[in-house]
Amino acid sequence: MSDRARKRPFRWHIVVFLAPAVLIYTAIMIIPLFGTLNLSLFTRAEDGTRVFVGLANFQTLFGDPRWSDSFWNATWNNLWFFIIHMLVQNPIGIALAAILSTPKLRFAAFYRTAIFIPAILSFVIVGFVWKLILSPLWGVAPTFMDALGLGDWFAPWLGLEESALTTLALISVWQFVGIPMMLIYAALLSIPDEVLEAAEMDGITGASQFWKIKLPLILPTIGIISILTFVGNFNAFDLIYVTQGALAGPNFTTDILGSFLFRTFFGFQLQLGDPHMGATVATVMFAIILVGVSIYLFGVQTRLRRYQF
Amino acid sequence: MSNPFTSARGNLGRTAAAHAILIAYTILALYPVFLILINSVKQRRAIFNDPLALPTAETFDPIGFQTVLEQGNFLLYFQNSLIVTVASLFFVLLFGAMAAFALAEYRFRGNLLMGLYLALGIMIPIRLGTVAILEIMVAAGLVNTLTSLVLVYTAQGLPLAVFILSEFMRQVSDDLKNAARIDGLSEYRIFFTIALPLVRPAMATVAVFTMIPIWNDLWFPLILAPGEATKTLTLGSQIFLGQYVTDWNAVLAALSLAIFPVVVLYLIFSRQLIRGITKGAVK
Repeated sequence: MSDRARKRPFRWHIVVFLAPAVLIYTAIMIIPLFGTLNLSLFTRAEDGTRVFVGLANFQTLFGDPRWSDSFWNATWNNLWFFIIHMLVQNPIGIALAAILSTPKLRFAAFYRTAIFIPAILSFVIVGFVWKLILSPLWGVAPTFMDALGLGDWFAPWLGLEESALTTLALISVWQFVGIPMMLIYAALLSIPDEVLEAAEMDGITGASQFWKIKLPLILPTIGIISILTFVGNFNAFDLIYVTQGALAGPNFTTDILGSFLFRTFFGFQLQLGDPHMGATVATVMFAIILVGVSIYLFGVQTRLRRYQF
Repeated sequence: MSNPFTSARGNLGRTAAAHAILIAYTILALYPVFLILINSVKQRRAIFNDPLALPTAETFDPIGFQTVLEQGNFLLYFQNSLIVTVASLFFVLLFGAMAAFALAEYRFRGNLLMGLYLALGIMIPIRLGTVAILEIMVAAGLVNTLTSLVLVYTAQGLPLAVFILSEFMRQVSDDLKNAARIDGLSEYRIFFTIALPLVRPAMATVAVFTMIPIWNDLWFPLILAPGEATKTLTLGSQIFLGQYVTDWNAVLAALSLAIFPVVVLYLIFSRQLIRGITKGAVK
């Protein structure tokens, strides 16, 4: 530090500016996060006191079939939920953004605003709207499919074990497609015109311009979208709870880690909530998210080539 | 280069295709919502016989809205949601801007580390700390209070707010601030009278980003404040929909009432939101 800085009186205003944010953030977010990790190492004894059990809760979660079956079921379901988002939501989002960024496209602002609307609605609304539309009772979906000549294909998808999870994932895709669309759209707009003009001079236009010039330039944004999707999917809960309830029916086929955590920690119907097992599940989720974020930060982001314009 | 005539025609075809795809997707995005809105004011029989038809003078029936307003405490839920959202938003913006100003304006030991520490929360969801958050709230006697929700949402919103706002605070002209210092203004005055007004557009963006997840959240109201007096609109409508699941008029009306305020707010702020996504948030 320089002499001047040392002589300067202590700058209290820095502390005043930082204190409220740092205190609330630390007290309500960081301490509970580590508190939860810590709670997973304890259990409740018969007399109600808290006893340290080391990693025994994790042994139960992974070793006891009553727990591990549910846990792995939720994990694989969650992975499938994420895969659908990556395969459907993000490509559609990229395609829409590419079309939206067509130069001099009229009504672009209208399309952008309209397609984003589902993303601002709550899961309660989205879940129920689709529950009603897909309901065989109401018959909106069968009517539509009849009109398209696909009437025989209709099934109560949300109620069938084989299709419920995929249907829910697609509902979530429907809701959130606007977010990747908007982020990619922004990235596409930031590509300088000179680059595109140079490509046109070389005869690279249309689709091949997208694949050869634009796509490589927006890869960092696709990386960000992937990690946002990952974190969002691995702590999703609301949509499942709203449409299928805490039991994530039919027969737990739509159970994902968020709903599993809720049942474990908060209890439902006949099962009592167990904060320590809940903390254990939360710790495992924390680890999964940490691994995903690390893979992105160290494995993907550092390898992506960034272009400075 | 190809013949300009054919390339113009190719462009026309491409533009038409672009519009066709975008219109199709817009319909896919909006039609489900539209369907709920039109059916909410129809008679029960009309809802089932012809769900796709617009309400007419004969099929018009606001019974669903009557049921919702009589049976549910929707006004109270709405008020709770409003209090929680506005209060959290106020604290996120004020404390977030203060911290962002400190990080952007002053060089001090641990500046970078503090920035990273506050940014951690962008990637790690606060939900994972729920078990301990509930314990803290029980110990503090804050269960079933709106205060507990405001605290949690303030903590949840701060990381992204600090991150975005500090980018913008850095762009505030140094000359302006130094001129104020020479005039003898305190650092606090500089923050409130110079920096804060200049980052107002960024504040609006952060406000929209912060507001949507708070208004829509189901997890924390369900766990921290499920009592009747503190239910938020999202939780209240979830429970109402579960109870009235067979009363289609009421369900459709409740959904419409829940959709309406959010969409209106969105249409008012959509320019801010989109400008925010396309400029500040992604770099």
